[in-house]
Order: sequence, then structure tokens, then C-alpha cells
Amino acid sequence: MATEDEGPQSRLRRSLLMGMAAAPFAGLLPKTAFAGAPATSAINTTGLAVTDTEVTVGILHSVTGTMAISETGSVEAEKLAIQQINDAGGILGRKIKIIQEDGASDWPTFAEKAKKLLVNDHVAAIFGCWTSASRKAVLPVVEQYNGMLYYPTFYEGLEQSKNVIYTGQEATQQILASLNWVNKEKGAKTFFMVGSDYIWPRTSNKIARKHIEGHLEGCKVVGEEYFPLGATQFNSVINKIKLKKPDVIWMDVVGGSNVAFYKQLKAAGINLDKQLLLTISVTEDEIDGIGGENIAGAYACMKYFESLKNPNNEAFVSAFHKMWGDKTVIGDVTQAAYLGPNLWKLTAEKAGSFDIDKIAAASPGIEFKGAPEGYVKIHDNHHLWSRTRVGRARPDGQFDVVFETPDLIEPNPFPKGYQ
Amino acid sequence: MTANPRFFSRSELVGLGVLALLLVVILPMSLDIFRLNLVAKYLTYSFVALGLVICWGYGGILSLGQGVFFGIGGYCMAMFLKLEASSVENTKIQSTPGIPDFMDWNQITQLPLFWQPFHSLTLSILAVFVVPAIFAFIIGAAMFKRRVGGVYFAIITQAIAAILTILIVGQQGYTGGINGITDLRTLHGWDIRTDSAKFILYFVEVACLFGCLLVALFVKHSKLGRILLAMRDKEDRVRFSGYSVANFKIFAFCLSAVFASIGGALFTLEVGFMSPSFVGIVPSIEMVIYAAVGGRMSIFGAVYGTMVVNYAKTSLSESFPELWQFAFGALFIAVVMLFPNGLAGAWNEYVQPLIDRTFSRNKRSTSVASEHPLANGAPAE
Repeated sequence: MATEDEGPQSRLRRSLLMGMAAAPFAGLLPKTAFAGAPATSAINTTGLAVTDTEVTVGILHSVTGTMAISETGSVEAEKLAIQQINDAGGILGRKIKIIQEDGASDWPTFAEKAKKLLVNDHVAAIFGCWTSASRKAVLPVVEQYNGMLYYPTFYEGLEQSKNVIYTGQEATQQILASLNWVNKEKGAKTFFMVGSDYIWPRTSNKIARKHIEGHLEGCKVVGEEYFPLGATQFNSVINKIKLKKPDVIWMDVVGGSNVAFYKQLKAAGINLDKQLLLTISVTEDEIDGIGGENIAGAYACMKYFESLKNPNNEAFVSAFHKMWGDKTVIGDVTQAAYLGPNLWKLTAEKAGSFDIDKIAAASPGIEFKGAPEGYVKIHDNHHLWSRTRVGRARPDGQFDVVFETPDLIEPNPFPKGYQ
Repeated sequence: MTANPRFFSRSELVGLGVLALLLVVILPMSLDIFRLNLVAKYLTYSFVALGLVICWGYGGILSLGQGVFFGIGGYCMAMFLKLEASSVENTKIQSTPGIPDFMDWNQITQLPLFWQPFHSLTLSILAVFVVPAIFAFIIGAAMFKRRVGGVYFAIITQAIAAILTILIVGQQGYTGGINGITDLRTLHGWDIRTDSAKFILYFVEVACLFGCLLVALFVKHSKLGRILLAMRDKEDRVRFSGYSVANFKIFAFCLSAVFASIGGALFTLEVGFMSPSFVGIVPSIEMVIYAAVGGRMSIFGAVYGTMVVNYAKTSLSESFPELWQFAFGALFIAVVMLFPNGLAGAWNEYVQPLIDRTFSRNKRSTSVASEHPLANGAPAE
């Protein structure tokens, strides 16, 4: 994962790179932006920070603290998307100006900064948050002050708000199709679940367990274990796994703990060429830390992999690398973060306004054909229709895509029968 | 000490007046409601710093676990507000309506017993005072009666902070886990999220702060305060004089715990949520920093120190989102290196003599130094 040191070094180089990065995209974007700009009074009736030439948005991620390693990718993707939109003429004739705030991996700080962006800066949209806890802290703020949050992370569902667009997958979108796949294609019958101890892994495992026991014939869960965030000792659970011999190890351990887990798994002699392991928490970003050789052979279910072959993605990957350096990798959430500004632009153009209420009302049905993951569409419940994909980790840290759902999967944050 | 220790000294009255002027008149008139709410948030930490002045500055008991008590107060208030926000009609989307949302996500179908008292505001407010006092009493009695003190006590308080965090995070069905208790809306039907509510809450908080300041000043001037000082400097002499050192220490620790808890409860009201990120080791140490920057011997220094540190935190992070922590660290190192007795020490050393020279030429009879134990060369540790 990129740290600030790996990004472009000088201001000049950065702006040059931004320009270069955006050039190939200029042609992809709709031309409406070049049309005569509407009057500010018409497109902003609620006192947002919109002038005749500019519209201000906020970026709110952790760039310091433990979450910085994960959230930096999202910041980079959002800045890339905004740069590209600006180079193509902006939104409704206005260039986007960014105010960036640091959530500092601290949930109350997220709430404070979100409030600052809305109350003090009157931003028209916030692109931000990563962990569920930060979103839960920010949610009451955006609802009270009527802001618009574009949230990029795959998450546990059980939430829906007029003031949030969820550009990542909710739990059922990520889980069900991949369980069906591993059952049907690999003949897996027994599952052992290992997760970090907080709301997302617990909810995801609850959904997975209901699906395994209720919808997949003859399948069962043979173990379910949780570890505190940041845990590094997994030997006991690895011994249990060796004892139970499950067909599939189902993983939702997050963050730095992954590094310890996969190294200890390898040291314990579990070979991922023979043992099926399905994770919903490891993207290219995490492999950067784990080391490709330690996790090669594991399967991950995501909606996006950097190695996807399609013209949108190739353009996105090369623009991203031009702007942020060749060493950066692009994970699932980074791509979802890239969707935020683009979806917001399309929505504002459809609504013909930056007003939050009009953006919220115009959001359902917005289609983004230029998404690196392929066509996406906003559902009435403010989540995205998207595909589920399964990739197999390679030693070089990338994934080979081995399966993708033929159709877009409907987001269902309140799944009946899974609660 | 002054001749009549029961009454506040002149400079303390001036100090109270200046602080009142700042908090009641100047800040509310010059800041918009968003910034004023931030000040309110900073002030909630100053309750903790004030407690640390009593317990650490005067009593010599360094607690690195004040976040525990801040958290207890905060959670007591948050549990009440959460129950009020989780009315049956607000939560009808859940499989079990009428319980907090995070319980529903964790397949809990009935409100746990220890949540029941928090249906009542009176009991909740009572809990803000009583629970931390009892908890601090148990810890204090267990430690001080055995004459555990100094570094060992600090380490044990840290361990307690770590244990409580793990407990809260691990029992997420009952506590909200790492997300904390969020989305709090009303206090007895009164919407605490509106601007006018924030304005009123700010003044309620300032009133509470002055209440605590008066209690702290009273303790400082009472016999108790002098015994605490004596204990800090020569514990054995106090013990041989026939005082029960442990009981005085327990009292100081309990008082600081209750102050921290009041701060936590007000924090929940001001900010609208509570999470384990205020309970652990890092926030607890941060709270000690507030007292250290303000001057651990100075009751007013605690308030100013907290405000300065938190204001610096906010403004630095707004200006340099990616580098602010370095600047923040540098600021802290600079204050400690230049002013070992904190802002209050710097004030007493450089500013106060100037003021005295200017204003009190004709009042030589009042010994200025006697009113300032610090300037008077209070034994520095």
C-alpha cells in the first residue's frame, strides 16, 4: 500500500502527472460538462459551497493511524476521479475543489470532521469513511445536517440512509454467490470460520452460516472463532483447523492480523494449493503486507480485482499508476472509492442541481458505464447493483479471476431469512 | 498558605472571574455554534484533567487509567439515551423492535438486566456519580491499603483500562462493541442535536465545570488538601503522624474518578455518541498530557491546558491533514521542555510577577508568593 512517501514527490511533478493521467479519460466522459453552465442560484438552493466556477467537496479518510494503510488507496482513487472530472470540464460547469480532512483512525474524530465539512465548509458531498465504526459515527451527522456521503467499503449491511450512497458491496452480495461457487465447483461441504471480533465479520459469518446450513445441501459449519482486532497469535485456531480438516477455511480477519495469520498458516504446513481457503477480507492492498508467497493459492471473493480485463479497467489502472506511482496496487475498496465522485457527477447532471435532496432523489437508477468493475447501477436502496467475483491469489500479489456471476446481483441490506 | 484556608485567595477569585468571563461571555459571543460545540467537547476533557490535578498533582497518585472513568460516565449516559432512541416505532425494522439496534444485529432478543436501570434518567445520572466512585473505591482500597503506589499503581490502572476496552469490544451484543453506542437523539424528549440544544448544553456544562472547580479549590484549601501535599512529599511522616494515608489516597482517587465520569457523561450529550476509543490506554495517557501541559499543580491550568491542546489538535489537523501528528508531538515536547510545570508554571514564573509589579505596588503587605505554592517553590518532583 502506498504511503505518502511513495506518491509523486514534487508539486510540479504531481500536477504534470495528474494532467497526463486524465488525458486518456477525457474522451470517455460525457460532453455535457462543456455546455453553458447553469446559474448558481438554480443549482444550489440550500447554501452549499457552490460558486459560479467551483463546487467544494470533502474527502474524509484516515491518513494517519492504523487505518491509514487501508484508506490511503481510497483517498488516491477519489483524487484521481476528481482530477479526471475537472480535466473533462467539471460538473455543471464547475470545477471540483477538495477539502481534505483526516479521520486519524479515530471514530469521534471522524464525526467531528464530518460536522466541520458540513457546517463550516458546506461541502456538496463527502467521499469518505472506511471502517463500519467510522461510518456509524458519521451517519448521524450527515443525516442531521443533510449531507451526502459516498461510502466505499464492502460492509455488513443492515443500514440504509437517504444521505449515504454505498459504493461497496453489502454482505449478501459478497458472500452468497461465492459460497454457491465453492460448493458447486469445488464440492466443499464443511466450513471453518475465522474472523476479527467486530460487527462486520460477525454479521458476515451469520449470513454465511445461515446460507451454508439452510441453502446448501449437506453443508455445515464445523468451527467459528473470533480474534480481537490486531491479534497476532493464531496457532491455537490453526491447530483446531488441522484437527477438524474443513473443506474450506472461511476468513474475515481484517487489517494487520492477516500478515500473522497467513505466515503462521504456512509455517504450520497448511498448503493453500491443497486446502481451500476463501477470504472476504483480503484485497491486493493486504497482500502487499502479507507477501504474495504466503497467500498464493487462496481464493478471495470481491467485486473487483486489479487484474480484471476490460477497457475501463485498463485505462483506470494505467491512470492510477501514472498518478500515484507504479508500486501502488489497487484493491476492491480503492475501485469502489473511485466510483464515488463519478456517480455523484452523473447524479448531479441528472438532477440538474447540487441540492442534497435532489441528489438523493435522483440517485436510484444512475448508471455508470465507465466503472472499472464494469457496468454498475444505483438501486432504490442506495446500494449498487454489482457482480461478485472470485479470484485466486498469485505469488506476485495479483489475482487470477476464476469466477464471476453472469448477472449483476441485487443489493439487499436487510436480507430476509438471514438476520 | 493564607491565614484563612477556608476561603479562596484573591488570585483564585480573579482566576474564576477570568475563566467565567472567557467561557460565559467571550467564547459564546465570538464563536459560531459549530466551534462552540468543539469548545464544549474540549471542556469535557478538562473535567478529567481537573481530577488528575487533585489526584496526581496534589496526591502524587499518577493514574494512567482515567479513560475508564470517563468511559463509565459516558456509557451510563449513552445507555440512557440509546434506550430512549430505541423506541418500538423507531426500531420497527428490526427483528426484535424496542431494543438497541446493535443488540438486534447480535441476535439478542431481550434487553439485558444491567441495561434496565437506564430506562430512568434519575438512576442514570445517579449512576454517573456512584458507579465510578464505587469502582475507584474498590481499586483504591485494593491498592492503597497494600501500599501499592507510584509506578506500580500507574501500570495497574493502565491494565484496567486495557481490560475494560477488551471487555467492551468483545461483548458487542451488550455494549455496541468497537462501534460504540451511536445515533443518540433525545434527552427526555428534548432533541440534543439541534443548535439551540447545543447552546444550552454548553452552558450546563460550564456550570458543571465551575461546580467541580469550586469543589477542587475547596479540597485544595481544606486540611485534606494539605495532607495530600504532605503525603505526596513524605508519605511516611504523614503515616507516623497518625493519619491513615490509604484513606486519603482513596478519597482523592475517587474524587478524580467522579470528575472524569461527569466529563464523560457530558461528552456523550455534547457529541452524541460514546465508544471504547475513549476508554483505552492511549486516550487515558492523552488525558494525563492535558494536565501536564496545563500544569499538574494548577486547577485552572487543567482547564486551559485541555483547551490549548485540543484546539491545537483540531487546528493542526485541519491545516495539515497528513502531517499534523508530527506538529502535535513537537508542540507537546516543546511545552514540556520549556515549561516543566506546564502553562500554569510559565504563567506564575513570567506573567504573574509582571502583573503583580504593575498593580500591587501599594499592597506590599499581602504576600503574593504565599498565594502561589508553585511560584513559591513547591517541591517539584
